[in-house]
Amino acid sequence: MGWFNRKKKHIAPTTKKTVIPDGQWVKCDDCGELLHVKQLEVNSWVCLKCNHHFRIGSEEYIKILLDENSFKETEKKMRSANPLEFVDTKDYNERLKTSMKKTGLNDAVRTGIGKINGKKVAFAAMDFKFIGGSMGSVVGEKIARIIDKALENKIPLIIVSQSGGARMMEGALSLMQLAKTSARLTRLADAHIPYISILTDPTTGGTTASYAMLGDINIAEPKALIGFAGPRVIKQTIGRDLPKGFQRSEFLLEKGFVDMIVNRKELKDKISLLLDFLG
Amino acid sequence: MINNILDFEKPIVELEQKIEEMKKLDDNLDIKEEIKTLEEKINHLKKSVYENLTRWQRVQLARHPQRPYTLDYIYNMTEDFVELHGDRLFRDDKAIVGGLAKLGNEKVMIIGHQKGRDTKSNLYRNFGMPNPEGYRKALRLMKMAEKFNIPIITMLDTPGAYPGLEAEERGQAEAIARNLFEMSKMRVPIIVVIIGEGASGGALGIGVGNRVLMLENTWYSVISPESCSSILWRSWEYKEQAAEALKLTAKDLLELKIIDRIIPEPLGGAHKNQEEMAKILKEVLLEELAALKKMKPEKLVEDRIEKFGAMGVYIE
Repeated sequence: MGWFNRKKKHIAPTTKKTVIPDGQWVKCDDCGELLHVKQLEVNSWVCLKCNHHFRIGSEEYIKILLDENSFKETEKKMRSANPLEFVDTKDYNERLKTSMKKTGLNDAVRTGIGKINGKKVAFAAMDFKFIGGSMGSVVGEKIARIIDKALENKIPLIIVSQSGGARMMEGALSLMQLAKTSARLTRLADAHIPYISILTDPTTGGTTASYAMLGDINIAEPKALIGFAGPRVIKQTIGRDLPKGFQRSEFLLEKGFVDMIVNRKELKDKISLLLDFLG
Repeated sequence: MINNILDFEKPIVELEQKIEEMKKLDDNLDIKEEIKTLEEKINHLKKSVYENLTRWQRVQLARHPQRPYTLDYIYNMTEDFVELHGDRLFRDDKAIVGGLAKLGNEKVMIIGHQKGRDTKSNLYRNFGMPNPEGYRKALRLMKMAEKFNIPIITMLDTPGAYPGLEAEERGQAEAIARNLFEMSKMRVPIIVVIIGEGASGGALGIGVGNRVLMLENTWYSVISPESCSSILWRSWEYKEQAAEALKLTAKDLLELKIIDRIIPEPLGGAHKNQEEMAKILKEVLLEELAALKKMKPEKLVEDRIEKFGAMGVYIE
């Protein structure tokens, strides 16, 4: 064996990224099938051949889950203030500016009031493409305020999570958003207002360790990565490869942490049915 | 002792040793004046060193192997401690300890992370890194405290929740989330003290209180400086810069309005005088407890939700 050969065979590189490339034709990350964007959009960004769920953002979830033109966005202008004046290899202000320009979003979550099959709901959807969907002060505050809106209007709450966890660049302030959002949810629970949490790929770290796991009903999309510690960290800790399917939706269903896995195409009707039961 | 001296402690320790040697010398030698001058010099040096520690140096003090841990505080501050074990679901997690105790004249439920002092005890305590059953044990004890109207004191000192395979299988995230939710609505006073390392969700998982206090030489943040360095700088070498950037000291957190109060440590840090440290903490806890006991249960809940609700900085 050559000196350059990797000795530890059991450590494999982590999974590849999934992003929707620009242009009219897209290759499925899973089966490689070439699909037309229009075709995919009609199919809720689910591969027509292999059922792979493409990673989409708040804009798409608003279209897929809410009745047409029913979404009224709240706290649209809220943005990060860089309270720590955080600088790593890049200035946090710069990171924010770049992300805002690239995504057209102000932060990693959008909130508002909308309708699901005619029923009014308080709605939030996160965007992984904005600094890894990380939760800093803005995400925490927007989630807290949409919980307040649900409470005020006595309407159910739906949160679509997609996040790498708490945002490092706001230090302990980000961490406190876990407590802020979870604490606020107790009021909703006391008022007997239903909260349905939708976990999409990926939902990890502080987001999972707060509101994403606290739904009256937790629903996962197929094969989404859901967990607390990231797979890379766990792999380093235990020093071996992780079992196939570890921290995927199917694993969480088996271990008892989500109620069900629902195909994105059926998600709206499933939520609608559940809200029928819960009020 | 000599192995456990941090770099910035060295000049102080060297001077201290010199004085000890001089004191052992013949009484006939007239060096009393000299010793006195040296002692003054040491005090001066200590003050200037410990007042001007960098953030990274505070992180090092927070991890000092001689630093008092939860059980040390319990033994030094309280009487009649009865340890309670297990989450009634899976097993007893040794990285979180808890039980009933008397703090002065007050009955309290004390719960905290527990590290070990040597390799063997550290393996037993899993280096103070809880699994889900640790958080669930803590919750069980807190609910018991609520049932019998006993105030809760939690002590935070963990390098993080354990990032293991089984921890994920048993729902580490759910266990922490559940605690944040349930702690918010406890109808008894909760006082949280960061006594060492406050690493992320693993620390916050027992950290939702009416009062959040931090010892002078501790840290509390969303991630450890090392992990932050490895993710943002893609190397483990930038931990000092990461510690600076994260603004993770007691002073920083007081300015950010995340904690209510900084508890001073004996000169040189809590490990220099464990009994003195415990005495200081006990007084503070009794004072805070007296104030919180005047609040009605509904008010305590409201206060906690509003307190954490006010944390965060953003532009509208």
